[in-house]
Amino acid sequence: MHQHEDAKAAKQIEFVTLVAGGQSFCIEITQIREIRRWTPVTLLPHSPPYVLGVINLRGAVIPILDLAAKLGFQPIEPTERHVIIIIAIEERIVGLLVESVSEILGISSDMVRDTPRTQEDDSTRAINGIIPTGDDMIKILSLEALLPATLATAA
Amino acid sequence: MTDSAILDAFFEECEDLLVALSDGLADMRDGKADNETVNAVFRSVHSIKGAAGAFSLEDLVSFAHIFETVLDEVRANKLAADDALLRVLQRAGDILADLVDAARDGLPADADQVDPVVTELQSFLGAESLVEEEFVFEALTLAFDDTPSSATYQVHFRPSREFYATGNDPALMIAALQELGRCTIHVQCADLPEQFADFHWEDGYLAWQVAVADQPNDLAIREVFQFVDDLCGLQITEDFDDQTVLGDKGFVSVAATETAEQPPAVASEADAETEDLAVAPTKVEKPAKRAASTLRVDPERIDRLINAVGELIINQSVISQRIDEAGLPNSAELHSDLDDYKLLAREIQEGVMAIRAQPVKPLFQRMLRIAREAADATGKDVNLVTEGDATEVDKIVVERLADPLTHMIRNAIDHGIEKPEDRASANKPATGTLRLTASQRSGSIVIEIIDDGAGLNRTRIREIAVSKGLISGEAQLTEQEIDHLLFAPGFSTATQVTNLSGRGVGMDVVKTAITALGGRIAISSITGQGTTFSITLPLTLAVMDGMIINVGGQTMVVPISSILETIRPTTADLSRIGLHSQLIRIRGEYVPIIDLAERLNMRPSSHAMTDRVLLLLQTEAVTQCALAVDDIFDQRQVVVKSMQGSYGEISGISGATILGDGKIALIIDPDAIASAPPSEMKLLIQTQREVTHAPT
Repeated sequence: MHQHEDAKAAKQIEFVTLVAGGQSFCIEITQIREIRRWTPVTLLPHSPPYVLGVINLRGAVIPILDLAAKLGFQPIEPTERHVIIIIAIEERIVGLLVESVSEILGISSDMVRDTPRTQEDDSTRAINGIIPTGDDMIKILSLEALLPATLATAA
Repeated sequence: MTDSAILDAFFEECEDLLVALSDGLADMRDGKADNETVNAVFRSVHSIKGAAGAFSLEDLVSFAHIFETVLDEVRANKLAADDALLRVLQRAGDILADLVDAARDGLPADADQVDPVVTELQSFLGAESLVEEEFVFEALTLAFDDTPSSATYQVHFRPSREFYATGNDPALMIAALQELGRCTIHVQCADLPEQFADFHWEDGYLAWQVAVADQPNDLAIREVFQFVDDLCGLQITEDFDDQTVLGDKGFVSVAATETAEQPPAVASEADAETEDLAVAPTKVEKPAKRAASTLRVDPERIDRLINAVGELIINQSVISQRIDEAGLPNSAELHSDLDDYKLLAREIQEGVMAIRAQPVKPLFQRMLRIAREAADATGKDVNLVTEGDATEVDKIVVERLADPLTHMIRNAIDHGIEKPEDRASANKPATGTLRLTASQRSGSIVIEIIDDGAGLNRTRIREIAVSKGLISGEAQLTEQEIDHLLFAPGFSTATQVTNLSGRGVGMDVVKTAITALGGRIAISSITGQGTTFSITLPLTLAVMDGMIINVGGQTMVVPISSILETIRPTTADLSRIGLHSQLIRIRGEYVPIIDLAERLNMRPSSHAMTDRVLLLLQTEAVTQCALAVDDIFDQRQVVVKSMQGSYGEISGISGATILGDGKIALIIDPDAIASAPPSEMKLLIQTQREVTHAPT
């Protein structure tokens, strides 16, 4: 038992990998509530371009953001094939529209590298680490950085 | 339980005790008090002190102590509860509430507030009583983390007639004590009548003296008597071996839970006939009658339940819609089953909503204090009478009413009620009366603030409105219109900024707060006889009557409460003003049109107004506007969902609801919509029109 825990000193973390704006990202699985197909949204007035609108998630009114647009890429044209990742940060529940969800990635925490310093833009600000994989690397999204206290005032 | 959970419980209990205290003091003031009232007041203060001592809340304890000492004198008929004393006692009650608040927030007491009252209280006490002021709280402080020290407690327990009448059994109490520790039990039969003919079986003649050994504190012992403590004489004292201080008032008031019936001095123990009584250990059952009648529930759980029930209602309408679409014959049993389902769902919804309902009593009681302070500050004599304290409203509504009511009470005393000498010359009693009433009227609650003052000075109000540019000097206004000027932003009748009501906030703030609750406020005033403010509020904020509309292809909801009427405009009624704006003439007056689609940035205003429907909105009392929408579908109750938690505030939108088909409809905030482009809005004085609802 103890030995087992020692081996786990570097924590095992699971990520869900996704594609937005043609790039690979991942979100820690503990922050994800569920993954749904795209459904039409109710538009919100005066909303920033990356806010698509709101949907009814079993009685709760959930705002849906276009992740690609939020990261500064070309906005996604949502179709039936697109996916919404419902995430929960503290008390807030928000849906992120992404191009696709690929897999669940289980890695040891010591595999996470710090984000190299690059020119700052919307997408690098929202990244708090990278995971090297075989031939590519996956960027870890920091939801806290992505989603300020209220979306409306962030507009 | 953790320390903080115990503390929380203490503060919750304090709230109840403070209410009881305030009730009792009010009864004493109104001359409705009997001995039991005074006892109840004393007990409230005493209980707060006792528990505060356990938490080492020094400020609270020392104040409660002097307060209690004065009350004890009143109780013993050594002090007459005259007006002067009652005034001080009420202020002391206010201070006690402040100290509880301060203790809860971990703040120091405000000495400027407390000290004068302490001095006043002391002035009622003789020098002798002051000497008694020696506390032994340190010894009783609950040490949660330390190893508890043990002591022997003497419990003197004397059941009353009611104790037996309610089916309690002293044997159960004693058995419970025996479970706590080693007990030595003495029964005292001194009170048994000498003649058998005088013996009434239902009277309690016996008392017990139980020494409970090895107890860290008296809390566990008190718990045993928790449910009967007003049905018996009870005295719990810590036994200091050689120096038993029983009977010493200074000590007893600290350590004992005193009750209505004062037990005979325990000193009589020696000459009382005592005999050992062996009591078989019995299982302790809590007497049903005294069981707690209220339940404290985390509001979040209730919110979750309300949400779920809201879902149930929506789900029910989805199912009815689906069944209608399926085109079953009317005779299908499914229809009657569905009707049952609807009824049940509605019943559950009403039941759940009722959980959130709270009597307005605590709110009204706060107002008693506000009125007292305002009367003191203005040197006026005012009696605040409350009616309908038991009326229940949604907790949130009660909470958010506190500020507007405070403001209005202060206003009524500062501006409404005249000075005593003016009242005398107007043939009115010197003491002004302010009535605060609550009542329920078909789905809404009406709160009225009625003063018997001089009434509104309309000439003055008009002058101020003209001088502030709110209306033009030539405007012809009816009395009602003039009264409504009070709610105009920036309006204040106070010629001088007084400490009390001229704090730069006017009745417009009150109005805003009330409309934010989905309510309305109205004034009526008779010169020389007084002014009445009536606030009409919805019973709950979770459900609202809405008109379902279509704007630019989106379905939205406009609260019915703000719609005065719906209009199909004709070309003749419309006129352009400026580059973009249009006005509509309604019964000779021009009202600006707000294109909802344009206002919400959904599309530029290009559609001809004649294709649209206009909703005449009553937003602020003096402002009207017509909201242009594309279509009206329906009028129904909607369950309001807030978006602030997940998204944030949206200008012009107050929330969202879920329609029968599962889609979301945004709820319009008429005030925000109307006030958004202030430069374009004109202050139009309107009389209130009869509300005509659109055909559904």
